[in-house]
Amino acid sequence: MQINIEIIGNTLVAKLFGELDHHCCDEVRAAVDREIERGRIKNLVFDLDGVSFMDSSGIGVIAGRYKKIKEFGGRTLIIRARPQVDRVLELSGIKKILECG
Amino acid sequence: MNNKNENFMRLDFPSKSCNESFSRAAVAAFASQLDMNIEELADIKTAVSEAVTNSIVHGYRGIKGIIHIECRISGDSITVTVRDEGRGIEDVERAMQPLFTTDRDGERSGMGFTVMQTFMDKLSVDSVYGEGTTVTMTKTIGGEADGDFGEI
Ligand SMILES: Nc1ncnc2c1ncn2[C@@H]1O[C@H](COP(=O)(O)OP(=O)(O)OP(=O)(O)O)[C@@H](O)[C@H]1O
Ligand SMILES: [Mg+2]
Repeated sequence: MQINIEIIGNTLVAKLFGELDHHCCDEVRAAVDREIERGRIKNLVFDLDGVSFMDSSGIGVIAGRYKKIKEFGGRTLIIRARPQVDRVLELSGIKKILECG
Repeated sequence: MNNKNENFMRLDFPSKSCNESFSRAAVAAFASQLDMNIEELADIKTAVSEAVTNSIVHGYRGIKGIIHIECRISGDSITVTVRDEGRGIEDVERAMQPLFTTDRDGERSGMGFTVMQTFMDKLSVDSVYGEGTTVTMTKTIGGEADGDFGEI
């Protein structure tokens, strides 16, 4: 999995490429948490346009980051989910909690 | 039953997380000989990923083991069996509830069985605590008129 981190103002944009499963969720968790812990960002955007597959392990990673961001009063947004990814997001109920565009 | 459409394959591999993507891709490649749409294929891939990940994360937690997959095509249905000889599940009914997870300090969402149930037509889970778990899931390919009926 390739992870591109970009900071725009106080928002972290994490662009993911590849398949977001249990095998690579540690990598995504570490990359995003590193930025959260630096304390420079408030909001988080997951750009999933490059994610060709995701399962419930991906839901766990996204939900975990959402909780951390929320602790500091920030917002989490998911953008550009492809159909397979969107079906898993939908089923998990996470779309009702955070924002999806 | 149409004899033409009977096929099977088996796969054994160690419980390494790098085999998650390999195994779901292999099942999808086998399944694609059934004439199904992209969404149906993605459903099978996702369900297999859940079952295999569960065997690695829960079944063989902290230990090494072998995961066995068997796929059987019969007519317009595909049945995928994912089996491990890991820890087993203490209470299967409870484990299958949405949001139930034994991974308390991790970040599991407890949605794996719900995904399998939703994306496949049939799901059964057999488990013996301390001995292992077998997940059997079937999907029947629906959609537009399939040629198999018109052969008489
Ligand atoms: N192969 C298995 N061996 C042992 N226990 C299992 C197995 N599969 C599932 N379980 C048990 O069933 C519970 C529910 O599984 P399920 O896949 O629904 O959720 P999860 O794996 O905990 O979370 P998620 O799949 O959302 O990451 C697990 O927490 C685990 O206790
Ligand atoms: Mg699971």
